[in-house]
Amino acid sequence: MQSSAFMTRKDIIGFAILAALIFIVFPMVLDSFRLNLFGKYLTYAFVAIGLSLCWGAGGILSLGQGVFFGLGGYCMAMFLKLEASTPENTAIQSTPGIPDFMDWNQLTELPWWWEPFYSLPLALLAVVAVPVMFAFIIGVAMFTRRVGGVYFAIITQAFAAIMTILIIGQQGYTGGVNGITDLRTLMGWDIRTDEAKTTLYFVNGVLLFAVLFAAQYVRKSKLGRLLIAMRDQEDRVRFSGYNVANFKIFIFCLGAAFAGIGGAMFTLQVGFMSPTLVGIVPSIEMVIFCAVGGRLSILGAVYGALLVNWAKTTFSESFPELWLLGLGGLFIAVVMLFPNGLAGVWSEKVEPRLMALFGKSREDKPAPDGAPAE
Amino acid sequence: MQERFILQVEDLTVSFDGFKAVDALSFYVEPNECRVIIGPNGAGKTTVLDLICGRTKATAGSVKFHDQELLTMREDQIVNAGVGRKFQTPSVYEDLTVFENLELSYPKGHSVFGALAFKRDAEVRERIEEIAGTIFLGDQLDEKAAFLSHGQKQWLEIGMLLIQDPELLMLDEPVAGMSVAERKKTAELLNRIIQDRSVIVIEHDMGFVADIATRVTVLHQGKTLSEGSMERVQNDPKVVEVYLGH
Repeated sequence: MQSSAFMTRKDIIGFAILAALIFIVFPMVLDSFRLNLFGKYLTYAFVAIGLSLCWGAGGILSLGQGVFFGLGGYCMAMFLKLEASTPENTAIQSTPGIPDFMDWNQLTELPWWWEPFYSLPLALLAVVAVPVMFAFIIGVAMFTRRVGGVYFAIITQAFAAIMTILIIGQQGYTGGVNGITDLRTLMGWDIRTDEAKTTLYFVNGVLLFAVLFAAQYVRKSKLGRLLIAMRDQEDRVRFSGYNVANFKIFIFCLGAAFAGIGGAMFTLQVGFMSPTLVGIVPSIEMVIFCAVGGRLSILGAVYGALLVNWAKTTFSESFPELWLLGLGGLFIAVVMLFPNGLAGVWSEKVEPRLMALFGKSREDKPAPDGAPAE
Repeated sequence: MQERFILQVEDLTVSFDGFKAVDALSFYVEPNECRVIIGPNGAGKTTVLDLICGRTKATAGSVKFHDQELLTMREDQIVNAGVGRKFQTPSVYEDLTVFENLELSYPKGHSVFGALAFKRDAEVRERIEEIAGTIFLGDQLDEKAAFLSHGQKQWLEIGMLLIQDPELLMLDEPVAGMSVAERKKTAELLNRIIQDRSVIVIEHDMGFVADIATRVTVLHQGKTLSEGSMERVQNDPKVVEVYLGH
């Protein structure tokens, strides 16, 4: 009979392996500098998981996820910056007590919309709420007008460009092209030390699993099946009595919420937020993480983010000019050769052999939600 | 008091860049009536169904289902009001199983949070199994829809409508492209499911039409050419000339 269980045995094994990697293997084999790097890679996995739901399941390709990642990151950075900008720390400024970049830009008081970021609960709320609000506005504007497919992708890309220009242009309020830097403490706890970074790595891991569980729930719910139905036969879904726009808005907002959390964790672990993480290039890179991992698989998305970023660090250390070409080549290879990404290669090639090796009959069908390549 | 008509279409007009695909069309459907729309290619048959179910926006006129004006409603609102539609080419969710296809059409959990909280309880399963039996797919519940034959996909789509249990069912060429055996089975199936509800069918197979129709409307160039019982329509010289003749 149909299994609608939250997790099949296979899912549990997959989650367990990833948990073992993140919580046991990486902390054991990596030094604290590398572990922090992996923590940074994992913040992109939040975005990739959201994309796997939006794009992989629902067929909504957003090339503007960097906007939501950035908004989450900026909300966190604003709180940390205010905490770092005590009157004592900024005594040499002409207006002490405001962030340094504001002072450099001749601002003499804190803009009103910075005020809420003195409060940690409000800032944490904003990390999720601000990206969701933006996604909601874009979603309502686009999806109720039935803008979809390539047009939607292009418009989201335009949003990424607009957001970058806006942040860079308003440097007195946003820190401009440098972003918000020199972040020091979180409620008095120094986040720059190795111990803090290790702690934050684990916090990040826990949040990542919370997001993974949420994504798994959505995928296994009727809403998850509706997303796949919408991807294939949007009209039929409408004529089965569903308001398709509402479902698209929901999943787009959920993806934005995940991205916002990822962005905030990025700020905490890396110690700054800047427009280079908001624009078109990072947004497209995030799509590539998802595609390489396998856009139909939420676990695949995590591995995609890890692997591509690890490759990026490794190769751009040795061949900085070639990295972008390599990334482009990788994307083309994924699209042409293995459209379901690493997850597809795993479930189609590796797993059957493993099973044969251990002489077990398989309980689950391969790629349970696999789709024919487009 | 029982109302006279379940569906009142009045002066329905749609114009595509000046070309009137449907031109001031009026017709009325009674409860439990099976209305068949026939007509030559390009007469506007499918467009009429598209207009009623909200897929195409009308230029002028009115479509009343009970007392609700359908022309101003969204597609999903029209469906939830009780109008079901089957498309000409089978449109089922190929990546989902037969069971899941039917489940998505089950009239519960249609809001975002309703869908998130939706549970496959015994009632849902029973209903799905019952419908699957009716549409001859009882043994293929776990099969992906992509692997079904053309005829089976048509049945599945009919099943998806059945589970919605619409008051007004609109079928666009339900037996087109089927083998003789499938066609016979489908006719039998349709004969069973058109009981107790109003149905509008577009069909070319005159034998099939004669079998199921309460009344027939003949469309020609977006207008009603003739309307009445099958016998009357078949003997109408205008109909013979443009459609049945040659």
